[in-house]
Amino acid sequence: MSDINDEPFFKGSTGRNTRGVLRLTILCLIAAAAIASRLFSVIRFESIIHEFDPWFNFRATKYLVQHGFYDFWDWFDDRTWHPLGRVTGGTLYPGLMVTSGVIYHALRALTIPVDIRNICVLLAPGFSGLTAYATYLFTNEMTTSPSAGLLAAAFMGIAPGYISRSVAGSYDNEAIAIFLLVFTFFLWIKALKVGSAFWGALCALFYGYMVSAWGGYVFITNLIPLHVFVLVCMGRFSPRVYVAYCTWFAIGTLASMQIPFVGFLPIRSSEHMSALGIFGLLQLVGFVDFIRAGVPSRQFKTLVTGFAVSVFFVALAGLVLLTITGVIAPWTGRFYSLWDTGYAKIHIPIIASVSEHQPTAWPAYFFDLNMLIWLFPAGVYLCFLKLNDEQVFIVVYSILASYFSGVMVRLMLTLTPIVCVSAAMALSYVLDTYLTIKSPAEPTDAQVSEAANGSSSKKTGKQDGLRSMREPLVGIYTTFSKTSVVSAMTAYLLIFVLHCTWVTSNAYSSPSVVLASRMPDGSQHIIDDYREAYQWLRQNTPEDAKIMSWWDYGYQIGGMADRPTLVDNNTWNNTHIATVGKAMSSREEVSYPIMRQHEVDYVLVVFGGLLGYSGDDINKFLWMVRIAEGIWPDEVKERDFFTDRGEYRVDEGATETMKNSLMYKMSYYNYNTLFPAGQAQDRVRGVKLPDVGPTLNTVEEAFTSENWIIRIYKVKDLDNVGRDHASAASFDRGNKKKKTTKKRGPKILRVD
Amino acid sequence: MAPKRNAREPTPSSTATAQSSSPASVPSVSSKASHKSSSNQSPQQIALGIWQNYLDMTPQRTKLIDVFMAFLVVVGGLQFVYCVIAGNYPFNAFLSGFSATVGQFVLTASLRIQTNAENKADFGEVSPERAFADYVFGSLILHFFCVNFIN
Repeated sequence: MSDINDEPFFKGSTGRNTRGVLRLTILCLIAAAAIASRLFSVIRFESIIHEFDPWFNFRATKYLVQHGFYDFWDWFDDRTWHPLGRVTGGTLYPGLMVTSGVIYHALRALTIPVDIRNICVLLAPGFSGLTAYATYLFTNEMTTSPSAGLLAAAFMGIAPGYISRSVAGSYDNEAIAIFLLVFTFFLWIKALKVGSAFWGALCALFYGYMVSAWGGYVFITNLIPLHVFVLVCMGRFSPRVYVAYCTWFAIGTLASMQIPFVGFLPIRSSEHMSALGIFGLLQLVGFVDFIRAGVPSRQFKTLVTGFAVSVFFVALAGLVLLTITGVIAPWTGRFYSLWDTGYAKIHIPIIASVSEHQPTAWPAYFFDLNMLIWLFPAGVYLCFLKLNDEQVFIVVYSILASYFSGVMVRLMLTLTPIVCVSAAMALSYVLDTYLTIKSPAEPTDAQVSEAANGSSSKKTGKQDGLRSMREPLVGIYTTFSKTSVVSAMTAYLLIFVLHCTWVTSNAYSSPSVVLASRMPDGSQHIIDDYREAYQWLRQNTPEDAKIMSWWDYGYQIGGMADRPTLVDNNTWNNTHIATVGKAMSSREEVSYPIMRQHEVDYVLVVFGGLLGYSGDDINKFLWMVRIAEGIWPDEVKERDFFTDRGEYRVDEGATETMKNSLMYKMSYYNYNTLFPAGQAQDRVRGVKLPDVGPTLNTVEEAFTSENWIIRIYKVKDLDNVGRDHASAASFDRGNKKKKTTKKRGPKILRVD
Repeated sequence: MAPKRNAREPTPSSTATAQSSSPASVPSVSSKASHKSSSNQSPQQIALGIWQNYLDMTPQRTKLIDVFMAFLVVVGGLQFVYCVIAGNYPFNAFLSGFSATVGQFVLTASLRIQTNAENKADFGEVSPERAFADYVFGSLILHFFCVNFIN
């Protein structure tokens, strides 16, 4: 990064070409750094797909590569959401898969044999290099400072806020979407500045690509109209705005409707109405401008302006009316939860149950953005100083994104680009001022007068009255202040690099499929229970054995074990998820019919008690209960899982409902045999467990992984002699008390 | 201070140049003008004034563009009326047809704005030839999407 600081040095003294080459080299180095810092996970672990959603994307990509594009487009997947199935081709954003499919075939055409898995793993780092370049272009549109763009590219390359979603192996939609987001904004600014339909059309094309890649495209759909609206309100309407926006809207909307999953949404749903409304408003404003120029009368002008305003409000009222009558779909639940952070928890537990939908805690800003977060307001302030159309965009973007990033953790991702850009503007402003060796003898010095109005007040303070009329003299005279400020900034930058590397390596590079821990001697120990269990499923169960698990693991089972699942991370059918939640949280007698009806062969639970792995199913259990309660409030009650004092306990003091629930039983079944009598301990909850473990009648243990993280149970078939499972099981257990078993059978069931 | 100074700049130029920036559908202009300004001036005078002004000031090529835009408005209107009367059953087809006219109208309006000699100040980098190339590019994309969407 110290390379970049030297950039102004080469101004004037060396030719244009040298500077161009240098710039290119720096950009390449930044891209290389961006890619390299995302490879921790590959080096530490292996080339593997991470987490949950990427597994589905990976599976879809493999399907695309195998069956071709048209089959992929019409893909009906009967191996998920059993027995409903999922119209996968019409309910996904295909951009990511198509991108890697194209890369795969291109490399094949160049006779480079490469595994599709490696393309998927390395796609996100590859695109992060492009994101850095797009940020460079975007920033260059914003400021005249030559170093700001390079700084912004460097920030974007290594900012943890972006790395969190783009390490090697996290093959998710965001991997390419952030590049598309920044590049679309760059094209928009370009279109606005030049006023050319060509850039507008390009912007629309990339917008279409973005729509095909990520649901977050709605952010662009609303940000660009908002920018135009603010411009119009500021009286900055110009033909350029008209050309850029109308071209973008006309083509972009049509492009977005090509994606089956989006379909008619752009004209039906409220989220897209602002774009349509601004489109109409621009036609009106343009029309009014046309008349206003043609007719001299002043009174007439005001009349026409009044006409435009009234039409706007009539259109707004019409929109509200249409929404109320239901022609236009009202806001979706996810959208409401953006305004009211408590909304999702009450109405849609399934959204609130996802950890990345929680509100952001404030340390996360410093963790993800470090020093950029305090340079960010300075950059926005600089935009106010020199307020052109494009600077307005930065202001609008930063306000919106700051708000949204506070509401949802995952939206930190949309904030990161603008923070990088404006922080780079602020920093380059400081560096441009302090890095000139010459003392500012003459005010016309190019470097100095470039930097805008009155920041260092000590020089300009004496002048009064006409100060605002002339370009203030900005410059630093003493070498001491120069060196001290520059060295301080360099230190900050170096610390920033250190911080980014540390965060990336420690927080964001874990695949979460493979866990790592330290042995007492400091060496690394790999815990590979997930893959062990999925491999077991793949090898020991029939091809079409249905696996029931909580939805978090649906994609992984589909991707790694290749077995049909009941629910997965797509969560399109809340009732189906609630059914699984009910089966998990009810007594065995209630769960068994549910599992039979859904043809469940195996049940998979995640249990971290032995290892102290906190992301296990007992900790997620309350969400299962809540979601099930949303559909069957009479049969599943959250209150029953808490003790009288309102505690959520799993030890001796747990409630009867809790102890009898299928999830509890499956988690702790046989667990106490691992320990000496009376010392069974749960290391996540840190409690001692009851001496007598739960008994299971309707399912039997099939597999438990090395560290007990994954436990798989086989659902028993109906009894051969027609007994219910409880009596059959007690018959098996109590072989010696043959005579009494028959009569005691039903009683035991109640005691359990 | 600076922002205000900057803010004022575009306004006069846009008022001066937007002369004929927008949809030419002149008949509707006159009707609306007459409707609104009945209190001040004789409405017919204003309408006639605008019409005369338009005839005098507009180059032949621009008039051609205007006729095309008026045609697009008529076609779009017809489609909309059909949709209201006969129902929107093949919704894809209606949408792509309608948005083809709207999009083409907007693109043509952009071409008209860009080639207008009075807007030179705003479009320093866009020559009329460039504007026409842009127009062709935009239209190609637009119609590609429309055909793809029509089902």
